[in-house]
Amino acid sequence: MSTKSAEPRLLGRILGRDAAIAQLIIVTLVIFVLMTVLNSGRFLSYYNFESMTYLMPELGILCIAMMIAMLTGGIDLSVVAIANLAAITAGVYFRNPIVAETMGAGGAALILHTIAGVMIALMVGLAAGLLNGILISRLRIIPILATLGTGQVFGGLALVLTGGPAIVGYPPTWNWIGTGKLLGVATPFWIMIIVASVVAILLRRTNLGVNLMLIGTNARAAIFAGIRSSRMILYSYALSGVLAAIAGILLSGRTNSAKADFGSSYLLQAVLIAVLGGTNPAGGKGRVLGVLLALLALTFLSSGLQMMRVSNFMIDAVWGGFLVLVIAINYLRSAK
Amino acid sequence: MRIFQSTEAVIALVLILVMFAIGLVNPAFWGVSNLFSLAKSNVVIGIMALGVLLIMISGGIDVSFPAISVAALYITVRSMVALGYDGVMLPFIAACVIGMSLGALNAVIIDRFKMIPLIVTLGTASIIRGLVLGLLGTSIVNINKMPKELIEFGKQDLVSVTAQNGATVGLTAMVLVYLAIAVVVHLMLKYTMIGRSIYAYGGDAESARRAGINTRRTIFFVYCTAGLLAGFAGLLHSSMIWQANPRDFIGLELDVIAAVVLGGASIFGGRGSVLGTMIGVFTLVMVKNSLILMKVDTTWQRVVVGVIIIAATAITAWRDRKKLV
Repeated sequence: MSTKSAEPRLLGRILGRDAAIAQLIIVTLVIFVLMTVLNSGRFLSYYNFESMTYLMPELGILCIAMMIAMLTGGIDLSVVAIANLAAITAGVYFRNPIVAETMGAGGAALILHTIAGVMIALMVGLAAGLLNGILISRLRIIPILATLGTGQVFGGLALVLTGGPAIVGYPPTWNWIGTGKLLGVATPFWIMIIVASVVAILLRRTNLGVNLMLIGTNARAAIFAGIRSSRMILYSYALSGVLAAIAGILLSGRTNSAKADFGSSYLLQAVLIAVLGGTNPAGGKGRVLGVLLALLALTFLSSGLQMMRVSNFMIDAVWGGFLVLVIAINYLRSAK
Repeated sequence: MRIFQSTEAVIALVLILVMFAIGLVNPAFWGVSNLFSLAKSNVVIGIMALGVLLIMISGGIDVSFPAISVAALYITVRSMVALGYDGVMLPFIAACVIGMSLGALNAVIIDRFKMIPLIVTLGTASIIRGLVLGLLGTSIVNINKMPKELIEFGKQDLVSVTAQNGATVGLTAMVLVYLAIAVVVHLMLKYTMIGRSIYAYGGDAESARRAGINTRRTIFFVYCTAGLLAGFAGLLHSSMIWQANPRDFIGLELDVIAAVVLGGASIFGGRGSVLGTMIGVFTLVMVKNSLILMKVDTTWQRVVVGVIIIAATAITAWRDRKKLV
């Protein structure tokens, strides 16, 4: 009997007694069933789900980055630019003749330089995120405008580094991060799971997470409660910068190239998925689990529509319509 | 020295300094043809910026106006081509109506569901662009297919001067359209009840409501007018460049918002003026156009624009810093 009573409690803890999560599970299931019926046979194939595990992670990590910025009532419009800049900087490092030569020899040098490349990308993400954080928390620039501006700067720097065309020819180890397999499951998918778990723990079990929620709920009260608000906000944007860089590594690893204007449609999608996942753009509310569920729902939706040969433009319109629909549903739910 | 306390004076001073700096680096800046083309580049962005200004004064933000512009211009021109209709007046009315209805769509969602304007307009922008490209296609209506009268309208010059090399350069008459719209918006903001209510709503929505302002009417007015201006600017752009491209204006929202903020409008609402916005637009357009004159590599353009946005917003943030949070 004890297992029976423990089960709902465990389930309740995972779901967080959150109506939004329950609603999301329903939405995801409805879309799943709808797409399965509309694409008889093709949607429910192993190949389709396998390709989803490669495509989802980069967007998913960007969504988590967006959610973190939204927790304090902000937004990060520079995530895609950071992702591209990080990937391109690493690409420039690999292009360096000395690096390229030692990597060509293979073996340990190959792995070491790949690790160095990853570190460079992460450092770029961290620096970019810190710049966002400083502008927002110290100079008190409103997040929309600050990240709009830095997004231009990072995207512009990426353009300066490449001079326009895409950077190609990443080492095979780098591509493994984006296209490889580990224990039969896509490497990027593992990375997304790890990132999601770490962020979830960070937000729910550490001071940083609790403080961010408090700042987002009531910034003034948070200051009076003695929370070092501006430092916490700085950390949150730094974190979102690092996550964006990870997304950049996955994107460049998967496509074996990096370009200044890659993935520009990801920005809207990241905002949409974060909001759909129950994140309150006014701050104070947001969960990794919700974001992942929303990601799943929309991946099913767009993959199903693509199978039905719906044009990409129409899919964009559907995404936008979905965002408005979610806004309406959230409003009606909270009005009750 | 009271004059330096007004935001417009400070921006104007910055503008003049930048002009002289550019002129020093390359004297060609002061050439008549350059100044005329500069004025021309101001028109479309300027009209859009006036719409964004209204929204910013009301405390909102709009990233859907480039999509609205494209929808208005492309639907109008494609219908004209399909119907074989040629003219000026009716198409512009059509473009304005299209823009206004799309603005009303924004207003309905923002007002009805009490959602942050940024998120709403990100969504509607995606819907509008997606539908236009998905349903109407992506083909560009070229000069040989464009309605002739529309082109003639956009071609009109106010004055034309013969440059030293013998070519004649004209100042487009569309500058007058821009100025007229600016004057109307200015008078509306300053002297009408609805204009004052926009400032009141942007300053403090709750107080405005308690003071008896119909805030729903204010929101609808603001977003519909912004949509109307966007639609108008779209078709004007099309008649000035003699083609209708459904992929135009991508990323323009950043530039226009930057220009409006540069012009002293506060993103928190309640502050902003037509004159300031016009100066802001002029500064941004001038810097972008002059980067080539100053022999700055084109790849650096985005970086420069980004730095300008950050600097402009940092200055306004400094001005509004009194708030604790």
